[in-house]
Amino acid sequence: MYSRRNIIISGIIVLVLSVIAIKLFYIQVVDTSYKHSANNNVLRYVTQYPARGLIFDRHGELLVANRMAYDILVVKNQVRDLDTALLASLLDVTRAQVREAFDQIRQQRGYSPRKAVVLFKQVSDSAYARFQEKMYLFPGFEAQPRMMRAYQRPVAAHLLGYVGEVNEAIMKQNPYYQLGDYIGINGIERAYEEQLRGIKGTKIYMVDVHNRIQRPYEEGRYDSVPQIGRNMTCTIDINLQEYGERLMQNKIGSVVAIEPRTGEILAMVSAPTFDPSLLVGRARTANYRALQLDTLQPLFNRSIMALYPPGSTFKVVNALVGLQEGVVAPTTRYACAGRYPIGRGVGCHGHFSPLSLPQAIQTSCNTYFCYVFRSILDNPRYPSIKTAFDAWAEYVRSFGYGSRLGVDLPNELGGVVPGSGIYDKVYRGVWSSLTVISLSIGQGELLVTPLQMANLVSTIANRGYYITPHVVRSVEGSEDLAPQYAQRHYAGVDSTWYQYVIAGMEQAVNGDASSGGTARWVALPGASICGKTGTSENPHGNDHSVFFAFAPKDDPQIAIAVYVENAGFGGTWAAPIASLMIEKYLNGSVSRTWMEERILNANLLDRHAKKK
Amino acid sequence: MPRKNSLLSNLDWGTVLIYLLLVLMGWLSIYAAVYSEEHSSILDLSQRYGKQLIWIGLAFGMGLLVLLSDNKIYSVFAYVIYGLSIVLLLSTLVFGREVNGARSWLHVGSLGIQPAEFVKFATALALAKLMGQQGFKLNTFWAYVKVGAIIALPAGIILLQNDTGSAMVLVAFVLVLYREGLPGWVLMCGVFMALLFILTLVLDIPAIATGLLLMGLLIYWFSTRRTKDAVRILLSALSIGLLMYVVANIVDVEIDIDYYFTVPLVVCALMALVFSYFSRVRQALFVGGFVLVSMGLALSADFVFNHVLETHHQKRINDLLGIEQDPLGWGYNVNQSKIAIGSGGLLGKGFLNGTQTKFNFVPEQSTDFIFCTVGEEWGFVGVLVVLLLFGLLLLRLIKLAERQREAFARIYGYSVVSIIFFHVAVNIGMTVGLFPVIGIPLPFFSYGGSSLWAFTLLLFIFLRLDTNRFVH
Repeated sequence: MYSRRNIIISGIIVLVLSVIAIKLFYIQVVDTSYKHSANNNVLRYVTQYPARGLIFDRHGELLVANRMAYDILVVKNQVRDLDTALLASLLDVTRAQVREAFDQIRQQRGYSPRKAVVLFKQVSDSAYARFQEKMYLFPGFEAQPRMMRAYQRPVAAHLLGYVGEVNEAIMKQNPYYQLGDYIGINGIERAYEEQLRGIKGTKIYMVDVHNRIQRPYEEGRYDSVPQIGRNMTCTIDINLQEYGERLMQNKIGSVVAIEPRTGEILAMVSAPTFDPSLLVGRARTANYRALQLDTLQPLFNRSIMALYPPGSTFKVVNALVGLQEGVVAPTTRYACAGRYPIGRGVGCHGHFSPLSLPQAIQTSCNTYFCYVFRSILDNPRYPSIKTAFDAWAEYVRSFGYGSRLGVDLPNELGGVVPGSGIYDKVYRGVWSSLTVISLSIGQGELLVTPLQMANLVSTIANRGYYITPHVVRSVEGSEDLAPQYAQRHYAGVDSTWYQYVIAGMEQAVNGDASSGGTARWVALPGASICGKTGTSENPHGNDHSVFFAFAPKDDPQIAIAVYVENAGFGGTWAAPIASLMIEKYLNGSVSRTWMEERILNANLLDRHAKKK
Repeated sequence: MPRKNSLLSNLDWGTVLIYLLLVLMGWLSIYAAVYSEEHSSILDLSQRYGKQLIWIGLAFGMGLLVLLSDNKIYSVFAYVIYGLSIVLLLSTLVFGREVNGARSWLHVGSLGIQPAEFVKFATALALAKLMGQQGFKLNTFWAYVKVGAIIALPAGIILLQNDTGSAMVLVAFVLVLYREGLPGWVLMCGVFMALLFILTLVLDIPAIATGLLLMGLLIYWFSTRRTKDAVRILLSALSIGLLMYVVANIVDVEIDIDYYFTVPLVVCALMALVFSYFSRVRQALFVGGFVLVSMGLALSADFVFNHVLETHHQKRINDLLGIEQDPLGWGYNVNQSKIAIGSGGLLGKGFLNGTQTKFNFVPEQSTDFIFCTVGEEWGFVGVLVVLLLFGLLLLRLIKLAERQREAFARIYGYSVVSIIFFHVAVNIGMTVGLFPVIGIPLPFFSYGGSSLWAFTLLLFIFLRLDTNRFVH
């Protein structure tokens, strides 16, 4: 029954297997396109790294460029008759280092003797040029060009950030990155990583048995072209930045200068600082470790991460809130006999009495602002101290305190503005305006960053609003700035009230000799600087010297905040630094060399050391 | 023949030898595919070759167990085994874990099994039981319904698991049916329809229509020698096309070019049907019907392709036919597989010296694409040996099947042949770019316990049945 069909079925099987065999014969023996020579043949995927975007300052000066370096790779099992001495001399290393490098790669995770692994990172182009000529003597070796950052001036390290190799966590999080890729780790490099880095490409090569590249695979049809990173212009005035860093040498603290009209950050100094070139190239690891171990914490970006009590500068906020709430008028006068007399009391210093609100700001009278602050909190408009306090805190927050401003830099901190809740907790619900009296002069549970201070003075300069401070002005290829950096944020105080505070700030710097202004000696003729000193007490040691100012009064070009840690009275150190910065920015040069000299020669680090 | 020795002396040792050789070569290939100098112990259980050694040991145990078992249980419990395998298959839909988009794995502790692998021999047993019954003949409608149901039930469930490859394997039973009486023209028609489907994707409709017209005329002429009719049909087809063209120009209507060819063809075919009714020329009926059905299929092929098949199926077929190419995207597997095999050359690169398969260029290199390792390291000579071994095994099994006295054993034997043949042809076919990529393993070679055990059971049950061929 159908028994002849076994022959047909056998025939089908033989036929199909024969067709497969013929096809196999064709691709394995006849068609040579699957192989370069008759045997070993591998496609090699070579990553094409795009040049990272350049960074320019606000006047178009180049700040960060690229330079070439080369990674030397090795495929271990293709190395034949290695001349260690020659290799070492070509690459500027010792023989011991070569041996050490070979030992090290063997311990890498996923190491394979068949894969190309990096033996030496970031060899200089001169060493590479020497090596390349002799490369034929080193089978199994190859070089891969890498772009390194080249900083044109040794400044603005915190702001620019740096570039380093990706780690395991980043690779897991973002599949774009592969072992050996670079990524922006801090500052602008990190904040604008995606724009700056460009997009990697891949070239596919055919390689022979010695892993030598023979030719592009399929004439490069499947290669992808790298897209170079986008250039960007930042808002920094590099001359001002450099000058600020010079003024802050041998001091600890921060200077932040903002153009009030635009929110553009003109300078952002965190002292002590370091040369950004230290974190490039082969010495990076060692340098980084040294910086990390430095007790003065040069890696710490104080401008946006250090939290200080605002000190007396905060009086302007209480003045504005008081005026807005109607609990104080510009002409309201309070007498001061050297201290605020109620409760524990708050000490004050010598000045004339009684004084009006502008005069109180000019002389930084503690007593006056204790009265103002208590009037705010004990305002009968509010049913309880809690609601009054929270209303006050809301005003303070509207000036950008207590939460991150949203600067385009990583790791910004938001500071602290207390709510009534924490006092409820600490005092078990029983507290009054006297309990929190320190807040009237910017002490107590208030913490702000220098950036927030600069932003506050910028708000005052603008008579009521600020634009979120930012460090990048434009990115090549994108039309506009991110919208959040063009939008006005109005603080909760009407613009009419600012003139009284500004008058006080103007007098503090420009008042006549008998008026008791706190920073009269730093007045700059013709600039009408409006400023406010502060001496912020802190539990860690000597008082911080604080000053913030803007200038000129009627057409503000620059708003600046200066913190000098443990340096004492605000008028002594912070004020002249701010004044010199303003002069440098407005006039392009500094005429008051005696003042400059005094700052440059001052070494305040020992005060820091003495803190206890 | 002494009863005591009957098992050992009746066992077909040639088949066992080929089986052992294939398993050994498979293991060596897995070892080579996964091999790296870091893990050099062959018993390293963290590596696939270490695990495969355990699977092989278990497979041998199963084979031995089958040989020692009573040969009656397979025909007696055929339906029970089939039922159990269906239940197991259904349970994957409920408890299964998804791997590569298919919900086809059951996990018992850390051990994962693929019931779809085992359903193959269960279906073979059920089919053999049904068709091996006294007086069963594949010539009634009900016979076809029963046979179809036995095959379609597991196929349907496997399709629900989204495992198209394993479901297609059951198509292989057509060979068994053919051996047992399925008319040859059904097979031919199947092949023709498949060909037509592929041609439709490559050629456009006018070419297909023209081809069908000429083919229909030729068949008609060869079967009837009525030259006049053929010429008349050809002329009327041409004139209909011309008429359409003229009318379209006068009325100024744009007609799709496809219609110029399909409409005359369909009209001619209908005319042939009418003609056959009056003239009682039966050939005209057949040819007309054939042309109509084919044209309908061709017209629906594009629809089926674009709307029924899933994107990855479309792409795999397009890749195979050279319609679209993207060697770094979805064409990656096949392209890399061809490079790996092609780079092996005549003699191969030598054991463990393959580079393509080791550098992870080829995906699934120890499972579905294991043949790449053979091709790369052992060259054309090596793949020829593997093909010869499979060929020998299949021909040997056909011979064994033919010598059975019981229909049950014969039908089961042919099932074994069909399943192994389908797997070998499709698996190797896809690695060399003759067949779209379908994820089914290469018997005895591919890494994985389920597939190895299932093929071992499949084969050894037949060998066990074969040892009893002299007993009535």
